[in-house]
Amino acid sequence: MISVFQQHGQELLTGLGNTILCSVIALFFSLIIGSTFAIFEVLPSKLLRVIGRIYIEVFRNIPLLVIGMFFYVVVPQYVLPMDGFTAGTIGLTLYTSSFIAETVRAGIQAVDSGQMEGARANGLSFMQAMWHIVLPQAFKYVIPPLGNQFINLVKNSSVLAFVAGFDLMYQGDMIASATFDTFNTYIAVGVLYLIITLPLSYYMRYLEKKLA
Amino acid sequence: MPIIEFKKVEKYYGKFHALKNINLQVEKGEVVVVIGPSGSGKSTLIRTINGLEEIEEGQLLVNGYDLADKKTDLNQIRKDVGMVFQHFNLYDNKTVLENIMLAPKLVLKRDEKENKETALKLLESVGVSDKTESYPKQLSGGQKQRVAIARSLAMKPKALLFDEPTSALDPEMIDDVLNVMKEIAKEGMTMVVVTHEMGFAREVADRVVFMDKGEILEDAHADEFFEAPKEERAKQFLSKIIKH
Repeated sequence: MISVFQQHGQELLTGLGNTILCSVIALFFSLIIGSTFAIFEVLPSKLLRVIGRIYIEVFRNIPLLVIGMFFYVVVPQYVLPMDGFTAGTIGLTLYTSSFIAETVRAGIQAVDSGQMEGARANGLSFMQAMWHIVLPQAFKYVIPPLGNQFINLVKNSSVLAFVAGFDLMYQGDMIASATFDTFNTYIAVGVLYLIITLPLSYYMRYLEKKLA
Repeated sequence: MPIIEFKKVEKYYGKFHALKNINLQVEKGEVVVVIGPSGSGKSTLIRTINGLEEIEEGQLLVNGYDLADKKTDLNQIRKDVGMVFQHFNLYDNKTVLENIMLAPKLVLKRDEKENKETALKLLESVGVSDKTESYPKQLSGGQKQRVAIARSLAMKPKALLFDEPTSALDPEMIDDVLNVMKEIAKEGMTMVVVTHEMGFAREVADRVVFMDKGEILEDAHADEFFEAPKEERAKQFLSKIIKH
């Protein structure tokens, strides 16, 4: 395993960097998009609730690989040229956002309805009440499941390997097929994934304790 | 002109007829106490006044706004009509001081310094000035309700609604809250109060409204009502409540 790092350190490092970059971008946007659709789902407007529902059901129930390939193959052909990294990151963002939406919605619904009512009666608009009162409490409830989503997101970023996204998994595949040293290569790749996910996992646990 | 006026208001929950032909006027500075058995529609009635419940028919004018009109901006009404709830509904993620300062800051754009001074003054007047940095979960029920009252007052409302403000409190806390409410009434606030506290009603109310099964059965001066209720059901209700 050490020899893999010695001989292919540069490629692995590039892959690790791309995996981290893709994960950070996807995490940021899926959190925003997911939270937005979670709010859609609890809005008084039936139309927006239906839109939210459709979005979530579509992206939650299609395999990530299909969404990634769609952006890698179909979108550049008919709409907008993009490279594999971009296509994969967009696919990952949309896919993850549907799970985050479900998680955040559950969190919003776990907040006592008196909180929203008190805020509205106090003169706040729905969005002000959501932003200042309900969401901060909802996020406290959903930190543990959200942590799982983040870890899944990092692991799912390996979908980039299928769309030439130059991520860790992609580099691993390249090294393995060039050296035939599959055993050591995939062990090295696994270790590098752990380097991202383990600290993340511990950080989420720390946050959970701190906010409890 | 009355500040609150119900004209032939009807309210349904599905098939359940929650409010039946409600006609009621509340003048500026009046204290109106709404009593009646549980399920009689008291809470529904008071919650229509700030639009927490919609009405299906009739007209409801509050501070010049028509609540039956779908285009009415409810936030405009809620700016001027505060509400105190049975379960306090304080913001659990905010300190006592933040609870009071949030709405004036966001809704009225009151400047920070004035906002804080107002909030501290109000907290002092309701007797919880030593808890400014506490969170709601660190307060007793009585303290929570007094903070909730201060939060409503911070908006400088024209009227205040109280929905069973002492029903969730331990007996020894009830007087503290009622005393604060008496003070507010003395200062001339228009108040609509749903309560089972007959002592408070007798002492503070200008008028008593008795409801049963979604209807207003009696609307009388407090003295008249307690001396000689006209309605049979009101008599029965009073005799049950005053027994213990």
